[in-house]
Amino acid sequence: MRLLLALLLALALPSLAAADPPDQGIVHVPIAPGTPLKKAGAELYAANCARCHGDRGHGTAKDGPKLDDVGALATDFYLSIGAMPIADPHQQPVRTRVLLTAYERQALVSYVSSLGPGPLIPHPHAGRGNVSAGMQLFTQHCAGCHQIAAEGGYVTGARVPPLGQATDTQIAEAVRMGPYLMPVFSGKQITNAQLDSLTAYIHTTRHPLDAGGWSIGHVGPIPEGLVTWLLAAVVLVGVCLLIGKRLRRE
Amino acid sequence: MVGGLLLLVGRRRAREDEQRIVPRGTPDTPAETAVILLLLACAACALAFVVLYALDRLPHQTQLLGAALGVALLLFAAALILIGKRLVVTEELEEPYPEEERLVETHEIERIVEESGSRITRRRLLVMAGGAAAGSLGLAAVTPAVSLGPLLDTDRFYKAPWTRGRRLVDEHGRPYLASDIEKDTFYSAYPEAADPELIGSPVVLVRLDPGDLHLPDGREHYALLGIVAYSKICTHAGCAISLYRKPTFAPVEPRPALVCPCHYSTFDPATGGTVLFGPAGRPLPQLPLLRDARGYLRAAGNFSGPVGPSWGGVREDRARA
Repeated sequence: MRLLLALLLALALPSLAAADPPDQGIVHVPIAPGTPLKKAGAELYAANCARCHGDRGHGTAKDGPKLDDVGALATDFYLSIGAMPIADPHQQPVRTRVLLTAYERQALVSYVSSLGPGPLIPHPHAGRGNVSAGMQLFTQHCAGCHQIAAEGGYVTGARVPPLGQATDTQIAEAVRMGPYLMPVFSGKQITNAQLDSLTAYIHTTRHPLDAGGWSIGHVGPIPEGLVTWLLAAVVLVGVCLLIGKRLRRE
Repeated sequence: MVGGLLLLVGRRRAREDEQRIVPRGTPDTPAETAVILLLLACAACALAFVVLYALDRLPHQTQLLGAALGVALLLFAAALILIGKRLVVTEELEEPYPEEERLVETHEIERIVEESGSRITRRRLLVMAGGAAAGSLGLAAVTPAVSLGPLLDTDRFYKAPWTRGRRLVDEHGRPYLASDIEKDTFYSAYPEAADPELIGSPVVLVRLDPGDLHLPDGREHYALLGIVAYSKICTHAGCAISLYRKPTFAPVEPRPALVCPCHYSTFDPATGGTVLFGPAGRPLPQLPLLRDARGYLRAAGNFSGPVGPSWGGVREDRARA
């Protein structure tokens, strides 16, 4: 029963997520032409981020972590997926419509990375990767949560996002920083070359070889069984009713 | 073949002369034609399957193969339905069941059974022997169920290959240094020079803040500088614990936990592997750790309890040394 509920939930959630999020009240600060990028970022930070992340990225106790050691990597990740600014800091940050312009994001990344030493934005090269090695790595490190088809799933307490829309840079950033409940994978555990292979594998999951033609969400035997029971069995019973004849009782 | 046909025709003629059982039906030529066409179309589709299979490497090969075979079966079914509905002569017969006769018959059968046993002299012994045979057969049929659970042989769940001083190695056999284990991530480890496939072999390693650890009494020294090791085998159904959730911002996010992907059993690494959520019935067994002079991680003994899925009575069992 619990399984069925979870399944219904899983089927219902993507449609909910597809709806446009409400405008989170971005403040587009007017920036005079010729303003240095970092200074523009500081103004945007004060208007949009400081309430939770505190003055100069010192963080606040209950609403937002400190940002003086996250560098360009995490800042770029959260801004480029549209997760920040977040409406409710107690919600899981998820991919939504990006409301900040590319220039505004660049300015914020420049400002936040100036607050303290932190990792730079990685640049993976999927073209140099090896899909087969990537699949092995993905199975070992990622598939437990993201599923081997990179369709996402659940971990207790959070939704695991699908990777269909993630850019190569975002994938590399997530691996290195571990957003929300995701573990961090350092260069010791997954080297940059292995990261290339991982992105190469994730590319192939976007055009899967569905020999059967109908993927049914790539989530395995349960929906396949449902198709058998709910469609094929119904048709079969219908045909039986059509060709059979009820014995008359007198 | 010709002989067979002649024989068939001959037989048919002979039968014409006999008295009919089934009344003669009027021929239905259009239905007959339709059946023949359906069967021929079915044959064509089935042959198309063979041709498509031989051609290979067409776009949508699988779909075309499925369609060919599926349509062939549908046409065959349609032909059968048409035969049943239009070509075979049918009649409905209803007769009241003769009650009287039935009584007589049952009585007769009872007598037959009774009288057939007249050669038997030791009836009770025979019944007992029969009971013994049936009972033993039933027992034999149920016996393999013992293999379903470790009812009689639970030793291997206690005998893990971990002994004091054995090093922890990764899947390539490289030993772990205590300093290799970083926060916010997790590692799989195996006993050095032992079979990694044993149920007691794999462990999962995580590093937490030493101040966040609240291990059960008597296990205070199981952790090493905040590093804790637990069996990687879930205590519910024996899946591998392959999920580790770690909060990025602890005040608003769920606490660190080891999660089993099969049924979402969730274990708390900070409190000795206790169950936070899910169907698991007991904590993950914890492996005590120590560090040698060169900085390598070593086991300080065996697990805190039996490894693997639970079975009847396991919770009452105490850990063996």
